[in-house]
Amino acid sequence: MSAHDHVDRDHTHGGAAHGSLRGYLIGFVLSVILTAIPFWMVMSGAIDNKQATAIIIMAFAVVQIVVHMVFFLHMNPASEGGWSMLALIFTVILVVIVLSGSLWVMYHLNANMMPGLHEMRQMP
Amino acid sequence: MPETLTKFIFGRLTLDSLPLHEPIVVGTFIVVALGGVAVLGAITYFKLWGYLWREWFTSVDHKKIGIMYMALGLVMLLRGFSDAIMMRLQQAIAFNGSEGYLNAHHYDQIFTAHGVIMIFFVAMPFVTGLMNFVVPLQIGARDVSFPFLNNFSFWMTVGGAILVMASLFVGEFARTGWLAYPPLSGINYSPDVGVDYYIWALQVAGVGTTLSGINLICTIIKMRAPGMTMMRMPIFTWTSLCTNVLIVASFPVLTAVLTLLALDRYVGTNFFTNDFGGNPMMYVNLIWIWGHPEVYILILPLFGVFSEVTSTFSGKRLFGYTSMVYATVVITILSYLVWLHHFFTMGSGASVNSFFGITTMIISIPTGAKIFNWLFTMYRGRIRFELPMMWTVAFMLTFTVGGMTGVLLAVPPADFVLHNSLFLIAHFHNVIIGGVLFGLFAGIAYWWPKAFGFKLDPFWGKVSFWCWVLGFWFAFMPLYILGLMGVTRRMRVFDDPSLQIWFVIAAFGAVLIACGIAAFLVQIFVSIRKRAELVDVTGDPWDGRTLEWSTSSPPPAYNFAFTPVIRDNDAWWDMKKAGYRRPLSGFKPIHMPSNTGTGVILAVFSVALGFGLIWYMWWLAALSFVCLIATAIGHTFNYHRDFDVPAAEVAQTEEARTTLLAAQS
Repeated sequence: MSAHDHVDRDHTHGGAAHGSLRGYLIGFVLSVILTAIPFWMVMSGAIDNKQATAIIIMAFAVVQIVVHMVFFLHMNPASEGGWSMLALIFTVILVVIVLSGSLWVMYHLNANMMPGLHEMRQMP
Repeated sequence: MPETLTKFIFGRLTLDSLPLHEPIVVGTFIVVALGGVAVLGAITYFKLWGYLWREWFTSVDHKKIGIMYMALGLVMLLRGFSDAIMMRLQQAIAFNGSEGYLNAHHYDQIFTAHGVIMIFFVAMPFVTGLMNFVVPLQIGARDVSFPFLNNFSFWMTVGGAILVMASLFVGEFARTGWLAYPPLSGINYSPDVGVDYYIWALQVAGVGTTLSGINLICTIIKMRAPGMTMMRMPIFTWTSLCTNVLIVASFPVLTAVLTLLALDRYVGTNFFTNDFGGNPMMYVNLIWIWGHPEVYILILPLFGVFSEVTSTFSGKRLFGYTSMVYATVVITILSYLVWLHHFFTMGSGASVNSFFGITTMIISIPTGAKIFNWLFTMYRGRIRFELPMMWTVAFMLTFTVGGMTGVLLAVPPADFVLHNSLFLIAHFHNVIIGGVLFGLFAGIAYWWPKAFGFKLDPFWGKVSFWCWVLGFWFAFMPLYILGLMGVTRRMRVFDDPSLQIWFVIAAFGAVLIACGIAAFLVQIFVSIRKRAELVDVTGDPWDGRTLEWSTSSPPPAYNFAFTPVIRDNDAWWDMKKAGYRRPLSGFKPIHMPSNTGTGVILAVFSVALGFGLIWYMWWLAALSFVCLIATAIGHTFNYHRDFDVPAAEVAQTEEARTTLLAAQS
């Protein structure tokens, strides 16, 4: 509910795009595939290196996020007159700043202030 | 058996929780209780309850909600300032072996409460109130996007304030400093209810702040009058937009970090404890990711106020509108890149410190650009030194000093010397009083006639102005000096008698500020008494430039009978120049939102929930939580959400204004 008057004053044109059956199906199939592959990788142990497996799974997860946003949340540059995309970009920038910044800060902090036992033993 | 029963009902709350052993608190309680009884008695005697409930408490009108926010801010300012002057007095006398008049237990609560109240329950309500009142009027809207949410947000903020006030008389408040760093705020070192009051008061108020942020963003993006493109929005609306974006992006971090602290305290997790893998430094890191944007949340809207005031009272279009907009947006982004400067000394090392030191110094560039824009707006303008303009000039002089000491503190090696000293205290009071508070007074003096239809009395305004400005310089310049000498913050007693004189000067400054606050209250009182003399029927007492001055003062509930069409940055100035005539006929019914009491009820349950959690009254917490959810769901079945103001009523209201205007000319 809002205090909009009867005249349509929405001059941004075009609300959120609505999905078609085709779009939902493509999204569904893609997300199933993107879920199945990591699952298979872990179950079968196709790659010996555990770290590599983890990185690949992460990469699939990122693609999965994009698929959900495009096909289920209908994110495209035109929706809501571009505001959705702008908000997304802003959010991504902030999340990247906050996460990478925190990791950087805390890593240096721990390295400087809490030297591990191993290094302690080497101290005179 | 009775003992377990009392324990079940009252949790930790016993008679000993009441601070009867603190004569100062008991005295305060008596005064507050008498005052409260007098106010409630007066409301009952004059039969105002129905009026207040129908016209104000349940109102979804953004103007009334804005005014209520301002009232809340003013009441809490009195509380926060009492804490301040008590600290100043304590520090001025606690020399030469004297313990002063406050014990450590009480003093620690006072400095914590002062910080928490001034930021969350004075500055935030004032800023939100101003945005709420002005933004819809400036963009030619009839209300905010979600009027009920607006009312709910306000009452949640009140709920948080009530919890903080309750801590004064029931139990105690945190003794941890305003950001409640662990491990001190952990359950081991603060087993009492103080930190719990802190957590739940901020969580309850935080819901309100976040929702009002979302509301105002939607309003600004979706409800601008036709023709008002982004680059034609008034600067105050621009700065409000950026502030609300910051609110929405940063308050969730505060909510999350306080939730983690609450989990540590309530269920024994170890996020921020010393052992079991906890890391208290993570709390400091996270809370400043919220905390630094927060200071820009406070100052940005006031930059907007100064822009409006400077351009109106110089009779000129704002110099460098586009650069002002970009400076605001750049500050919005940069405010996320500097948080570590609050803990340079924590030990992240040279590379991290230099990065954050440099980003901090970069912020002074857009801020400096703004100062020059204001100066160039004044240059060759016909400046009218009315009250709002006086506050603006005082702001420019004061804030620049605060900005420079800020750049000084941004140098990591200097920060190692000045960290945690009174120099830091002087710096942030310099920018918060000199920037936020002066801006609020400028804004109140500027928009008061719009809200109530009469100007504020200039004489008492000037008394208040000079007391505040001089009081500020007396109160905080000594703190810069003391800080340079190495005096740390939050001290209760001092050994070195040579420092006393500076604290006495600072206390004198605080007394001057007290006079400033008193003069402000007198100003409001006198103005109401003399409202017939100070009346303004034109709706445009300052020869304004933006859309809010095109409607009557106070504006009708629907703000604008016809939605204006915008062709220029200074929309109202442009309309006046083009010989605009008020439409006198052809009114249509206006679609408006209906009042609802649900916001008040939800806030009452939230306070009860917080109180139950604070005192471990689990039954109360569970019960009020269930009621909270039930009321929220129940409200979705309320279909009486809107109504149409009939065209005849609109015509009648507008006709009354026409008659008034005709009588004036």
